[in-house]
Amino acid sequence: MAVRVQREDFDPGREIEALTAGDTAIGGVASFIGLVRDIAGGERVGAMTLEHYPGMTEKMLREIEAEAGRRWPLQASLIVHRYGRLEPGDRIVLVITASAHRDAALEACHFLIDWLKTKAPFWKLEETGGGEKRWVDARADDDAAAGRWVRPAGKNAAE
Amino acid sequence: MKVLYFAWLRQHTGIGEETVTPPPSVRDVAGLVEWLRTLGPGHAEALRDPSAIRVAVNQEFATADAHVSQGDEIALFPPMTGG
Repeated sequence: MAVRVQREDFDPGREIEALTAGDTAIGGVASFIGLVRDIAGGERVGAMTLEHYPGMTEKMLREIEAEAGRRWPLQASLIVHRYGRLEPGDRIVLVITASAHRDAALEACHFLIDWLKTKAPFWKLEETGGGEKRWVDARADDDAAAGRWVRPAGKNAAE
Repeated sequence: MKVLYFAWLRQHTGIGEETVTPPPSVRDVAGLVEWLRTLGPGHAEALRDPSAIRVAVNQEFATADAHVSQGDEIALFPPMTGG
């Protein structure tokens, strides 16, 4: 179980190898990799800058990872989230989950990326092709999820 | 107490963080936001619509009625857009 918040890129293959090395109880590994898209809201995106809340970001990522560990029998998991300036095609986020069986790995991976979107304090500033900068609005479904912040853990989605 | 601003709130206030000493009548998040709004036009603009703002007290998400006191770290930011 680990989380990392970093400016640098990551190598998904190496991360999977490192996470699973030596644990032969693992029967399945699931991963999600988020990339910067070149189109948002019908407009071309030249680049984006991810800002975050150092300290709280790591804390929230550790909390959601611990929650996944309570809900599914995971052998290992990793969340890596980048910040700083990124261009279309760049990797933003990596989630890896490993379990004895595929269902737990796949479901926990989906849960982690869904929860991360509404619980980890990151904000995206997009630059359009023309050089104009604007803060990305949270989507309506993200807003609905935001209302669940104050509920105790374990009564949220993915159950 | 320490107040942190992120994303467009930081751009409006012009600062990422500040140390403030609100009057004793400020006891909760709603009261703090109301008081911070009086600190200047940038603050007033950033905090114009409380429904557009999310809050963390000591790095835990908090609601408008959450208690605040000296020594707390209060962060104000828009809904999050990571992932």
